[in-house]
Amino acid sequence: MEGVMNSAIIISILATGIRLATPYLLAALGEMFTQRSGVYNLGVEGIMMMGAFAGFFATLHLGSPLLGIIASLIIGALMGLLMALVSVTFKAEQGISGIGLYMFGWGLSGLLYRLYVGGITSIDGLKEVKIPLLSNIPFLGPIFFNQNILVYTALALVPLSGFILYKTSWGLNVRAVGNKPEAADTLGVNVVRIRYECLIVGSMLAGLAGAFLTIGQANMYADNITAGRGFIAIALVYFGRWSPWGILLGSLLFSMADSFQSMVQVLGINFPYELAVILPYVVTIVALAISFGRVWAPAALGKPFQRGTRG
Amino acid sequence: MVEKIQHLEMHGITKRFPGVLSNNNVNIHLDAGEVLAILGENGAGKTTLMNILYGLYQPDAGNISLNGKKVKINSPSEAIQLGIGMVHQHFMLVPTLTVCENVILGLSKTFLVDLKTAKKQVQEITDKYGLAINLDAYVWQLSVGEQQRVEIVKALYRGANLLILDEPTAVLTPQESNELILLLKNMSNQGNSIILISHKLNEVMAISDRVTVLRDGEVCADVNTLETSQEALARLMVGRDMAPCRRDSEFFPGKPILELQDVFAKGDMGTDALAGVSLTIREGEILGIAGVSGNGQKELAEVIGGLRKVSKGKIVLNGKESTKMAPARIIEQGLGYIPEDRLHVGTIPSFSIWENLILKDHHQPPFAKRSLLQNRVIMSHSSSLVEKYGIKTPSLETPTGRLSGGNIQRVILAREITRNPVALVAAYPTRGVDIGATEYLHSKLLEARRNGIGVLLISEDLEELTSICDRIAVLYEGKIMKVMPVEETDERLLGLLMAGIVE
Ligand SMILES: Nc1ncnc2c1ncn2[C@@H]1O[C@H](COP(=O)(O)OP(=O)(O)OP(=O)(O)O)[C@@H](O)[C@H]1O
Ligand SMILES: [Mg+2]
Repeated sequence: MEGVMNSAIIISILATGIRLATPYLLAALGEMFTQRSGVYNLGVEGIMMMGAFAGFFATLHLGSPLLGIIASLIIGALMGLLMALVSVTFKAEQGISGIGLYMFGWGLSGLLYRLYVGGITSIDGLKEVKIPLLSNIPFLGPIFFNQNILVYTALALVPLSGFILYKTSWGLNVRAVGNKPEAADTLGVNVVRIRYECLIVGSMLAGLAGAFLTIGQANMYADNITAGRGFIAIALVYFGRWSPWGILLGSLLFSMADSFQSMVQVLGINFPYELAVILPYVVTIVALAISFGRVWAPAALGKPFQRGTRG
Repeated sequence: MVEKIQHLEMHGITKRFPGVLSNNNVNIHLDAGEVLAILGENGAGKTTLMNILYGLYQPDAGNISLNGKKVKINSPSEAIQLGIGMVHQHFMLVPTLTVCENVILGLSKTFLVDLKTAKKQVQEITDKYGLAINLDAYVWQLSVGEQQRVEIVKALYRGANLLILDEPTAVLTPQESNELILLLKNMSNQGNSIILISHKLNEVMAISDRVTVLRDGEVCADVNTLETSQEALARLMVGRDMAPCRRDSEFFPGKPILELQDVFAKGDMGTDALAGVSLTIREGEILGIAGVSGNGQKELAEVIGGLRKVSKGKIVLNGKESTKMAPARIIEQGLGYIPEDRLHVGTIPSFSIWENLILKDHHQPPFAKRSLLQNRVIMSHSSSLVEKYGIKTPSLETPTGRLSGGNIQRVILAREITRNPVALVAAYPTRGVDIGATEYLHSKLLEARRNGIGVLLISEDLEELTSICDRIAVLYEGKIMKVMPVEETDERLLGLLMAGIVE
């Protein structure tokens, strides 16, 4: 009896952990592309808020979570375009532009919510999709193969991002532009265009991460639903050393600790509650402190590109 | 395939930067199979002119024509399409990519990078011109000579038949330079046109067909190489006769001023870059360090300056052990330092000239009183240095990074020598510096020697070493092969020692 109970709890913690990792994974993989091209986007949190609202709002009115997903992608792309305009074309300081974008998304999503929704309204969000056969595998089945499509998408994006970055021409251009844009420019690579593309793709993934929170998890919208996840996603990019697998590891480490702490609360397991709540953050900080170093960072990160400048 | 370039003409090119007329009504022309050398002092406008041809800058006036047709080159990719390739003065390689990736960057238009086919094609080019490079190595792992070859392969792979080389040999060892010269000859024999910028007149004489000389942004001569000489070219460049510096034979060294005792230090890759180096530099002498770069020279300069940790051994500066001192303390103890990377270690590129000139003394009198900068003193000090050291700049406020390479070097030299050091470490001080400035720099080092300063001069240029040093030490794989008085050296012996061969 004892043993069965334990394995059920473990399965539940792990399955929740995988699910909770999704928004971090989506946002962090997006930020990874952005930073690989030499731009850091601190506005991820704001984009996630807008994505969360857009996904929720479209689902509420159009009745389909798939349209919600599309809405969040469009909003993400628009915000990425805005960030690109400010930081790439007008060469504004990237940190400041990102914080501006965050505040913009925060204010606007809150305003729109108050204007057009108001109270607590729940929606029919994404359903779990059991994968035939695979979901029957004992232990692993319920953990990995009984989740909603955004969870599958996020997991599939890990190898896919690695493939794009290291095997495609576009990925090669991105890596070059993020490390030595002058060199890429002299070879006819369009630095500005690559940075636009990365910011837009990255922001679309951030929008999707936001939509996951409303239509893939909570099935409602609430103020500050992102709760700092956008910023944690940025930290995870550093932790993961700008590689998809490293980011996966970081996201899982964080979300598993998070899942563990919520399970501790729900089941009243004998573990100090305060400690459990701060556990995920402690794990992140310790992991960051151990792994930090600029060695792996794209060399041109944060530097606007201007043809023909020296030094 | 684009039409081969049979004839290039740049006509009436003028380019202005804030406060500088970098090119003024410049005309050059070039035929297929011809090697044109462009000469000029630092800041004469050579790089600017080539950047215009490569589409990096737009001229304010003038035009470019290829095979008689006017062309407008708006970007490097348009230049590449026209068959123009350029090897830049500062390497344009992405260190975190492999050689092959660097070569095909920007060309791969398919969704997936087809590294296999690309590698075969690149291999064909390297075989055709006899360029040995490992295509799978990362660029950060390569020596400068190998990086240079990657740059050339990059241009050739793009089908360039007009190749621009901006000071390609400035950072090469003598052997590497010779190989490059052979390669360029081979290329021009195969019908390619080459524009070569160099400060080394012997190279220019050896491979060019014609020489165009720039002075202050204007063409002051266009001569056939066969009808001129090194002396004549030097005179055209500088506008006066040149007299190479030699040390005076009197030599009265004083007490030891800088000593290294069995020093070990790790390089960037974690291996022992210095493996037991012992050296003594005395007051009033110039000790030269010969050797192929990459054998510990950079690390040697850095451990003395306190910029790299000594893992074993001891350094004594002016009677005090400085092994563990912070760089600021070492400077206080009287060490002058001219680093290898003059743009990023020796100066702060975005700071103005006057700021860089007082960088090491800005906190003390006469430049500061009670923590306030004394602008009047600083400005008069700076403008006198700019004049005395012949620094070419529109104003004292100009950011140092905008100056041409040779002028940045003068800023560092002016600062380091006027601080009256007891010992001076100079790493490759004449790399990329024009002959006028080189002569000047040598005279300043000899003056420092006469004033009793102990000088450590690291260089790859054997001629430079043998003409101004008192003693020469050869560094090979982090060890000193031999230290000997300059009279006992000759080029053959030094060359053998540099290759690690002891007789
Ligand atoms: N991007 C730029 N902005 C401002 N000034 C510039 C710029 N590029 C070049 N200059 C100025 O134009 C002049 C010519 O510079 P250029 O680099 O063409 O000289 P150079 O002949 O190549 O010299 P060197 O032998 O030192 O490389 C210099 O006075 C330099 O300060
Ligand atoms: Mg130049």
